[in-house]
Amino acid sequence: MLLRHTPTEVSERRSLTINPAKTCQPIGAMYAALGIRDCLPHSHGSQGCCSYHRSTLTRHYKEPVMASTSSFTEGASVFGGQSNLLQSLETIFSVYKPRVVAVHTTCLSETIGDDIPQIIAKAKEEGKIPDGAFVIHANTPSYVGSHVTGFSTMVKSMVDYFAEPKAPTRAVVADAGAPRLNIIPGWVEPADMREIKRIATAMGIQALVFPDTSGITDAPFSGRAEMFPAGGVSVEALATMGDARATVALGPTASAAAASALELKCDVPHETMELPIGLSATDRFVDALRRRGGVQVPAALEEERGQLLDVMSDMHQYLYQKRVALFGDPDQLVALTEFLMDLDMDPVYIVTGTPTKKFEDRIRHALKDRADRAKFKQGATADMFLLHQWIKNESVDLLIGNTYGKYIARDEDVPFLRLGFPVLDRIGHVYFPTVGYRGALRLLEKMLDLFLDRQDRDAPEESFELVM
Amino acid sequence: MTSAMQTLKVLSERRDQVQQKGSSSDAVACDRKSAAGSVSQRACVFCGSRVVLYPIADALHVVHGPVGCAAYTWDIRGALSSGPELHRNSFSTDLRERDIVFGGEKKLEGTLLALIEAQKPNAVFVYSTCIVGVIGDDIDAVCRRVAKMTGLPVLPVHSEGFRGTKKDGYRAACDALFSLITLDHSKAAEGHIRPAVNLLGEFNIAGETWMIRSYYEEMGVDVIACMTGDGRVDDIRRARQAKLNLVQCSGSMTPLAKRLESEFAIPFRRVSYFGLEDTAAALYATADFFQDPKIREKTEALVRREVSRVTPELRAIRSEVRGKRAAVYVGGAFKAMSLIKALAMIGIETVVVGSQTGNRDDYRVLKELTADGAVIVDDSNPIELSSLVQAMKVDLFIGGVKERPIAYKLGVGFCDHNHERKTALAGFEGMLNFAKEVRNSVLSPVWELRRRPFPGS
Repeated sequence: MLLRHTPTEVSERRSLTINPAKTCQPIGAMYAALGIRDCLPHSHGSQGCCSYHRSTLTRHYKEPVMASTSSFTEGASVFGGQSNLLQSLETIFSVYKPRVVAVHTTCLSETIGDDIPQIIAKAKEEGKIPDGAFVIHANTPSYVGSHVTGFSTMVKSMVDYFAEPKAPTRAVVADAGAPRLNIIPGWVEPADMREIKRIATAMGIQALVFPDTSGITDAPFSGRAEMFPAGGVSVEALATMGDARATVALGPTASAAAASALELKCDVPHETMELPIGLSATDRFVDALRRRGGVQVPAALEEERGQLLDVMSDMHQYLYQKRVALFGDPDQLVALTEFLMDLDMDPVYIVTGTPTKKFEDRIRHALKDRADRAKFKQGATADMFLLHQWIKNESVDLLIGNTYGKYIARDEDVPFLRLGFPVLDRIGHVYFPTVGYRGALRLLEKMLDLFLDRQDRDAPEESFELVM
Repeated sequence: MTSAMQTLKVLSERRDQVQQKGSSSDAVACDRKSAAGSVSQRACVFCGSRVVLYPIADALHVVHGPVGCAAYTWDIRGALSSGPELHRNSFSTDLRERDIVFGGEKKLEGTLLALIEAQKPNAVFVYSTCIVGVIGDDIDAVCRRVAKMTGLPVLPVHSEGFRGTKKDGYRAACDALFSLITLDHSKAAEGHIRPAVNLLGEFNIAGETWMIRSYYEEMGVDVIACMTGDGRVDDIRRARQAKLNLVQCSGSMTPLAKRLESEFAIPFRRVSYFGLEDTAAALYATADFFQDPKIREKTEALVRREVSRVTPELRAIRSEVRGKRAAVYVGGAFKAMSLIKALAMIGIETVVVGSQTGNRDDYRVLKELTADGAVIVDDSNPIELSSLVQAMKVDLFIGGVKERPIAYKLGVGFCDHNHERKTALAGFEGMLNFAKEVRNSVLSPVWELRRRPFPGS
């Protein structure tokens, strides 16, 4: 028993996080920045932060992850990090030649009070930023929010730095073709971003998806070392986000901030909705695209929906009232809970380390009449230690979450579906989406495989079944 | 070869940290801070302390700081325990904005007391992070108070990330270990009569400590404490009963070995268990130290038996991979030395070698061990490493987590010789595992499939 040190009895904890269901802001900012073409994320802090984030993203994607660091030393912590950042920008633009440097802060640089916009202005003044290149920033102290907050802040900063007011001439040209929409996909995988683009294209919509890590963190084998793989959303494309008819923001925690900033700045109306994971949420997403784009839903998408529904009905006998524990990030958890409810499964324990104002309301809403039976918690002591204690007290049929769930799954002998960040020990998340009807079908297949494999494993010889 | 060097992408500040053997008689520059703005493969002070102390399995390891530092170091080392698994949990004070303003000492104290009561550890290590250094929490005072209240060793580890490099983190870890060793004089005073050693800088990745321990047991030498693989607090507290310290990962543990030598007259030897040659040398050095013919005899028998057991298969592998070219980029330079020798044994020439933390002497030795034309590099980065792999026509890369995908993207074989090794690579058996892993990766058919099957652009 790996987690033999977890007692069954739950006791009140005030100031201690054990086995966290979250990590810190900067890694989210780094991941978001990777979704811009030719962008080098830059960590303004100690070397270790950057190294840890790169290692974790590398383990999650099995890809080289490039990011630079201000390499703080004792001196910087006393006199401020201005000279480190100025020297960094000089080094970065002369050696790595990115189009964009996306600076995020750390707990250290935040606490000593570095003023990043002022330093960027100084760098510009001193000619350290080449023409046509950009330096953007996000404030991401590690002691506020979580990795999701860092992601959200960096996405918002894309709006702050790149969005330009609606250009009348450009808008006319744009409207002449397919209707234009912005889609902020939230913290999802490159596979999901590809799927979102595919759905939009199938509906005849010209979608600007940002950030977009497809082509970057799922880059194909090339035989070359590429500092900036060919993927991501370009600066030119980002500049036109103000021209869109509307913004569809997926996942309130990760995407709402950017969408409302854009509405304020460029008067682009926005609609924030839950991530399109599962049938109902995908229905709402597709419908939002239909309404906002003024288009029809094509038969091909209807067919995908029909197939999903077909499998849901064919196999519902294996899903009925299965008890599920899930942990991870708010946006994923809310959408997933709704999907589980559609499948007549029973989400009983839900835990996220990310503190947000509306999480409990959103989960309650997704749980409908089961809200009072389920246990859900967010914030510092909502960690995997607590989740494990709950499971020890009354077990579940399925555990869903990132790789760190594997200890609980093993100790308690519970089927385990890997979903979320980070996934350090499987590869499917990079290439196969979980959003849209296709993504829901894949999640469904995975869950069924887990249940049916378990049934095969545990069945006594006499009732071992061939046909299921 | 010179043209290979000319096509390299090297930061101008780093010109003297990259050198081709035969092109210069200057020493390789090192012990430098990384250039700000570079994509360095290095980590921080905290990382250094955390990786060294983490394998002590019956201690609590509490990270005082925001959650990230604890999250990223949660069970990433593959350091195995034969008993408790406390070290594989992640405990942190998860400092929030409020704590940054008002200080985190109270929170730390509450956390420690609650955890000690619940987990009953044998000792506690409290790691300070960047932010703690800036807000000025007095973790020494908190540790003293909690130690007094609980009667346990509660040891502060001064590992604020910005206070130097990973090496300084090793030093902070050594300081904490030294405090633990010297905490209680009565424990240390009891003499151990049989020949006994401590293993330093051996972390039991993939069970390597168990393998090495079994060699010493067979030789008739007791291992008092392993620092820190499969480590136990009580063993470490008895470490002064050993007559000799065997230091493997010299980059991390030499400071502790030196202190134990100067203050308690326990001598130390730098050893390595990577490769047949170095493993045998390590065992013989131990035997020679005790000057006991019986030990010597048993050691000879052991080495003879093990070498003859693995040699036939090694020879077969050598015939398959001979002539391949390797790049070695690891944390410590001493490991790089062993790897060059181990690779040479299976006919692979090391044409690029580097480390994150090597010193002047290390690089001098590395230069001696390699052939003319080999490139020696300190504190490298992905672009530099990639261009070296291509310019030097490398077939095999040996490195850690951040190097693996680079090698694969370039289409060359890879062997993790760091935290993510999956089989034991130490000792005689480990050499065979290493050779197999190298062969399987270098000769994988996947590298042949890269040719485009379609005509046209």
